[in-house]
Amino acid sequence: MLNLAVIIAFVCIAVALLLNFWRLIRGPSLPDRILALDTMYINTVALLVLFGIYQGLTVFFEAALIIALMGFVSTVALCKYLLRGDIIE
Amino acid sequence: MNLLFIVLLPFAGALLPPLAGRLGREAAAWTAAIVPVLALLLALEPLLAAFAGAPMTVGRAWLPQAGVDLILRMDGLAGLFILLILGIGLLIILYANYYLAEDDSPGRFFALLLLFMGAMVGIVLSDHLLQLLVFWELTSLSSFLLIGFRHRSVEARQGAKMALAVTGAGGLALLAGFLLLGRITGSYQISTILGMGDIIRAHPLYVPTLLLILLGAFTKSAQFPFHFWLPQAMAAPTPVSAYLHSATMVKAGVFLLARLFPALSGTDPWFFLVGGTGLLTLVYGAYSALFKHDLKGLLAYSTISHLGLIVLLFGIDTPLAAVAAVFHIINHATFKASLFMAAGIIDHETGTRDMRRINGLWKYMPISGTLAMVAAAAMAGVPLLNGFMSKEMFFAETFHLAVLGSFSWFLPVAATGAGILAVAYSARFIHDVFFNGEPVNLPKYPPHEAPRYMILPVAVLVGQCLIVGVFPTLTVAPFLALASAAVLNGPLPAYNLAVWHGFNAPFIMSLVAMFGGILLYSRRHALFALHDRLFWGIEAHLLYRRVVHRLIDGARMATEAIDNGSLQRSVALLLLAAGLAVLLPLASGDSALAGDLPISAVDPVTLLGALLMMAAALATVFFHRQRLIALIVLSVVGLLAVLTFVRFSAPDLALTQLAVEVVTIMLLLLALYFLPQQDRPESPGWRRGRDLLLALAVGGGCGLVTWAILTRPATTIADYYLANSLPGGGGANVVNVILVDFRGFDTLGEITVLAIAAIAIYALLDRLCLAPGTLYGVRPRWAFERHSLVLAQITRFLLPLALMVAIYFFLRGHNAPGGGFIAGLITAIALILQYMASGITWTQMQWHQHFHKVIAWGVLLAAATGLGSWLFDRPFLTSAFGHYDLPLIGEIELATAMLFDLGVYLTVVGVVMLILATLALLSRRCVETGRCN
Repeated sequence: MLNLAVIIAFVCIAVALLLNFWRLIRGPSLPDRILALDTMYINTVALLVLFGIYQGLTVFFEAALIIALMGFVSTVALCKYLLRGDIIE
Repeated sequence: MNLLFIVLLPFAGALLPPLAGRLGREAAAWTAAIVPVLALLLALEPLLAAFAGAPMTVGRAWLPQAGVDLILRMDGLAGLFILLILGIGLLIILYANYYLAEDDSPGRFFALLLLFMGAMVGIVLSDHLLQLLVFWELTSLSSFLLIGFRHRSVEARQGAKMALAVTGAGGLALLAGFLLLGRITGSYQISTILGMGDIIRAHPLYVPTLLLILLGAFTKSAQFPFHFWLPQAMAAPTPVSAYLHSATMVKAGVFLLARLFPALSGTDPWFFLVGGTGLLTLVYGAYSALFKHDLKGLLAYSTISHLGLIVLLFGIDTPLAAVAAVFHIINHATFKASLFMAAGIIDHETGTRDMRRINGLWKYMPISGTLAMVAAAAMAGVPLLNGFMSKEMFFAETFHLAVLGSFSWFLPVAATGAGILAVAYSARFIHDVFFNGEPVNLPKYPPHEAPRYMILPVAVLVGQCLIVGVFPTLTVAPFLALASAAVLNGPLPAYNLAVWHGFNAPFIMSLVAMFGGILLYSRRHALFALHDRLFWGIEAHLLYRRVVHRLIDGARMATEAIDNGSLQRSVALLLLAAGLAVLLPLASGDSALAGDLPISAVDPVTLLGALLMMAAALATVFFHRQRLIALIVLSVVGLLAVLTFVRFSAPDLALTQLAVEVVTIMLLLLALYFLPQQDRPESPGWRRGRDLLLALAVGGGCGLVTWAILTRPATTIADYYLANSLPGGGGANVVNVILVDFRGFDTLGEITVLAIAAIAIYALLDRLCLAPGTLYGVRPRWAFERHSLVLAQITRFLLPLALMVAIYFFLRGHNAPGGGFIAGLITAIALILQYMASGITWTQMQWHQHFHKVIAWGVLLAAATGLGSWLFDRPFLTSAFGHYDLPLIGEIELATAMLFDLGVYLTVVGVVMLILATLALLSRRCVETGRCN
């Protein structure tokens, strides 16, 4: 039962990733693209957690944690660039 | 044991003067003077042993696998040189104490002088060829530093470079010669080689060996045509000229001739090469000395000439000539060092060294004047002084040459000619400087007598010239016999050290030289005019400079032909080479591309990821002119690379890639600030076509090679690491154990390179001022507030959490994914986040830290951990680990590799922070100064 749920979730996340990428390529504005990248980070976290559940391993959860942290930082950096041009003032 | 201390003492002592130098010049000089005094005391016992006929030897294994050992031996020759080096060194230090100017750093000067002293002592005590060469190069290096001591002067820098280039090139030749000698004899130990002279001389490689070794000796001892560096080296402070460039270092070449005399001499090539070079140098040096108006220039050329005389004596190749050579080494060292010191006094008191201006000094400085005149008389070879005796022996030896046949008259005549010139330039030194009217236009007038303690070292040396000249048998005879016996490595010839040998041929030659020299000097004005007309502008050092400039121009042209500064071109060439290297073997088609392994099944998620990654890579290329968008799409590629690593069970790689990804984005964003947002297409169509082909070839090639490798079964080194990681390195995480233990030395090298790169980036950007780039001419500022309050508050909570994650990854790194590198990156990112959210000013107010120091501590800690294993008699970087039980916490593992990893951690944090913070400050500096807007 869990397996089936995980597989369905995989499909959903994969479709989400594809759509994110579509938005990232199409834009049209820069905030759209940054938002698309940030959402891709979130979907990746989900993908990793699903992968861990599917394999029965916890080792991937840490990678998911780090992606969550790092994704936040790079989104902040990109937004800061867009707002001010200079990310460290 | 004593021998080891004699060598080590100057090197260890070199650390003291810079410390004592803070207390003033006196303190530095006295601490430096302790070294030769102590070393002389230590040398007493081995010296007595050498007199007793049982030279002391000390041996230590150094690189036994390569046949390189540390062997020190003090026989008579080494003993004599030790006395010269340490004795004159002591006098020089006392003299330099008064000579150095206010703005000369005394600590640095005496430290370098002691460094040189140690290297020189090392040369003479070495009983191993390669070890001798190490010290030989050290003397070249310390001489370079001492000549360039007053590094603000152009002459000093050029002289230093020239001396290093010439003696360094000679050192290379010498190394080759030593290797050949080692090949011929099968040993590098000098005392063994000396007994194998017959084997060496009969060997087909004898002549090349001899040539290479002579090249080393002749460049060091400034023999023609390599003499030109020595006059240029006179830009050094005078104590250095007196010590290195007359008494000791230039004697290293003749020392080598003396040292290898039993092994190499006794053949025609030796006679013609050594004797010929010596004779040419003797005459040329004496001739040039006469025409120098610079006091030190005259002394420099006279030194060249006397070195030529010593070399000629070795070349004459009779036992008695070798004794005369050793005798002249002693005599020349005493009178020439005192002459240089006297020249230094004159320079010090008058402010110039031009002999056309310094005249009639005797009445101003009677004591130094008298001393200098006595020393100059010894240089000329006046009876009752030491120079006379060795010169007589030299004249006598010029007659015993049957080899020259009917030309045997040639050598005595040439020797007398050189003698005439020597008397003439000595007469010039005495008459021009101390008499000959009144001084002309001196920078310091009137000149005074030098301080008493500056004259004292001169007086000691001049006293020796006198005593040796009058009572040779009572003073110098035992040392001469001891050293000569060591040079000959056999019985001594019969000789008589007496002042008066009767009215014989050598005495007549001395008389001719004496009167001829004075006559020549009295006719000097006509001679100077003739010399200027004939040889104006012909100077060896100018020729050398022209050759060097040609070489540099040639190298520059060659570089420009290959690399015209275009990055695109360099990358294209690199990729082309890489692509050809991969594709050509594939095209030859010797074996099938794909191996035997079956292709594993592909699951849909992985397939989707791969397709996404390809699409993102293509999109990056598509958007590459819109830089920010390209960067965002590039992040997708990085993210999917992380996922790939996770999918194929490489969590360490995934974590590292992820952290590097973020740092890269920040780095590029900081750089983008200075670049225009959009880039105009610049390349013509054919070039883009070419680049496309190149990219396809390289990318395709890489893919094919990966395919070929992955479809083949392979046993790799990985199996060894997997098996030994836990039992050998004490960690379950193989990646980390490889980094900090198995390949710890590589990691140490890598973090060192990383640290150097960071410092270099800092140095490059430190004073740089750049204008920000523009987007369509106007940069939008969508936010007027510099730091968003919400963001700043959130990130402040985030910092301790992120640090805790970093510590967690660091601590468990040895056994699970993590380690110093990843933890360092996470820490750096957490800190940078504070910079982004709250600004540089605020963050630096919270945490004062110089990242240079963090980097330095990191590298030092890692290196110290490696060195620590020496304390336990283990090789560098051996790690130890153990498991311990702690109450409450449970079992923990402690490994020295963890300390090493801490070093890696600190370095990574420091490097990332230094680079990013420097880039960030760049933009702020430009805004603040407003220079670039």
